[in-house]
Amino acid sequence: MDTFDYRRPASVREALRLVAGHPDAAFVAGGTDLVTLLRDRVRTPGRLVDINGLPLDGLRWSRDGVRIGALCRNAVDDPRLAAAYPVLVRALRSGASPQIRNRATFGGNLLQGVRCPYFRLPEFACNRRDPGAGCAAAGGDGRLLGIFGTSAACVAVHPSDCAVALVALDATVVVEGTRGTRRIPVGDLHRLPGDTPHEEHALRPGELVVAVEVPARPFAARSTYVKFRERASYAFALASAAVAVHSEHGVVRDARICLGGVAPKPWRAHAAERALRGERLDAATVEAAAEAATAGARPRPDNAYKVELVRGVVRRALTELGEK
Amino acid sequence: MSDGTKRRTVLAGGLSVGVGLAAAPARAEASTPKTDLLTLVVNGRRVRVDVDVRASLLDTLRDRLHLTGTKKGCDQGACGACTVLLDGRRVLSCLTLAVMHEGSEVTTVEGLADGDRLHPVQRAFADHDGFQCGFCTSGQIVSAVGLLAEHPDLTDAEIPELMSGNLCRCAAYGNIRAAIAAAARLSREGE
Ligand SMILES: Cc1cc2nc3c(=O)[nH]c(=O)nc-3n(C[C@H](O)[C@H](O)[C@H](O)COP(=O)(O)OP(=O)(O)OC[C@H]3O[C@@H](n4cnc5c(N)ncnc54)[C@H](O)[C@@H]3O)c2cc1C
Ligand code: SF4
Ligand code: FES
Ligand code: FES
Repeated sequence: MDTFDYRRPASVREALRLVAGHPDAAFVAGGTDLVTLLRDRVRTPGRLVDINGLPLDGLRWSRDGVRIGALCRNAVDDPRLAAAYPVLVRALRSGASPQIRNRATFGGNLLQGVRCPYFRLPEFACNRRDPGAGCAAAGGDGRLLGIFGTSAACVAVHPSDCAVALVALDATVVVEGTRGTRRIPVGDLHRLPGDTPHEEHALRPGELVVAVEVPARPFAARSTYVKFRERASYAFALASAAVAVHSEHGVVRDARICLGGVAPKPWRAHAAERALRGERLDAATVEAAAEAATAGARPRPDNAYKVELVRGVVRRALTELGEK
Repeated sequence: MSDGTKRRTVLAGGLSVGVGLAAAPARAEASTPKTDLLTLVVNGRRVRVDVDVRASLLDTLRDRLHLTGTKKGCDQGACGACTVLLDGRRVLSCLTLAVMHEGSEVTTVEGLADGDRLHPVQRAFADHDGFQCGFCTSGQIVSAVGLLAEHPDLTDAEIPELMSGNLCRCAAYGNIRAAIAAAARLSREGE
């Protein structure tokens, strides 16, 4: 690990000032991802700005929904949150382990690095880590990698469960920079790799995530998260689905289906959502939506199994919601 | 560090990667280590220690404070052997830097017993043979203490999921679960 200048500001303004004009500065929140990236020299910031002293904790409820502070921990245990947004709390509980969730924050979770094994081993070529270096995964092991939205330059998937739920809930991140506040839909936060996989997200240099806003939507309370992984717990998703459905008189009016573990960003399955609208949530509709969710998949031989997992997570989530 | 890199290269090589190894990126100039004077309350005792800003809480506990009960299994958040209580909550000490915890209270496995009297969770692990080689045990015990604080009304069925952050290479899981279930019963009924 290279050494760095460690700072712990007490206000958002001071934090922004400490990174302004320092392109090699990085924020650290829970540190559960960044510390390993520093240790393995995947990231080598010259300045580390510890944001744990900032007042960005807690939930704030209003008629429009809930505002979750960027430093709110992933272990958040709030009955109102679980009732209003079951998909979010289930996604969080399915992630990492209790010890990690006690430290991991909402901001850090959204901006965590990919888990492509080559990205985390600097002895391998990786375009995401070193622009133009090549992609070791292209001729390597792709079992865990993406089937949607990938490019020749990068086939990694975004590992966050929480982000997948937040996209299904139409959530927005609130970002502060020296030029003021802006809001970015969580669905636009992560970039598809194209030719520039190192440009991972839509934050401008020096911007800080201060909160996530989750709106009140008619489908939010009837929602769930289904995650398939290699073992029962403490593992990243091979494929997952965040699903939310709003019905009136037994007919689906609106729905969200967002997939995790299969794309460089939370992957909205728009075709599957269309397959639900105007239909009754019966077995035939569930099957049609599960099939539609695989539209556009471009697997490689070693990750083609994920196509079937996508059908499986969507089918299981919709079946569970249909029984409610 | 270079040892770890070699080992991991072998691991990834086992995935049959058809590319040559790129040279590890190195910074031209060696950077001078930066240090910080840190105050922690470890097992109830206030300690002041000059730490390298890069030092993990785990390495600081083990190498600087000589509290080697907390184990390093993976150094990457994957095993739970390094679990400590930080301001009362269980966390992984390998995934956090010591400098980030000025003024915090840290409890390690060494801080659980009251003199010669074992903590009820330690007692339960001994009574139920909740270990084989013992390497994961301090992490299991500290994690279980944290779990009981989070869930005073813990049911037996919840234990596997809520202890899933602690792996046991010897797979002593059956007895570990039994030990935690017994400790949970004891803490519900009051000693
Ligand atoms: C063994 C293991 C298993 C895991 N399993 C899962 C899983 O199943 N599902 C899952 O979703 N996650 C999983 N994780 C990842 C874990 O959830 C993340 O490490 C965690 O959420 C990151 O949050 P943090 O606060 O610790 O981030 P940090 O490590 O502090 O930061 C991560 C990144 O975000 C940036 N950042 C942090 N906060 C802000 C902010 N407010 N504004 C701007 N930038 C910011 C940092 O600069 C850094 O680049 C796992 C991790 C481990 C180690
Ligand atoms: S898939 Fe992406 S993250 Fe993985 S080695 Fe290739 S460029 Fe890097
Ligand atoms: S040593 Fe920290 S989790 Fe393995
Ligand atoms: S007792 Fe050997 S690793 Fe758990």
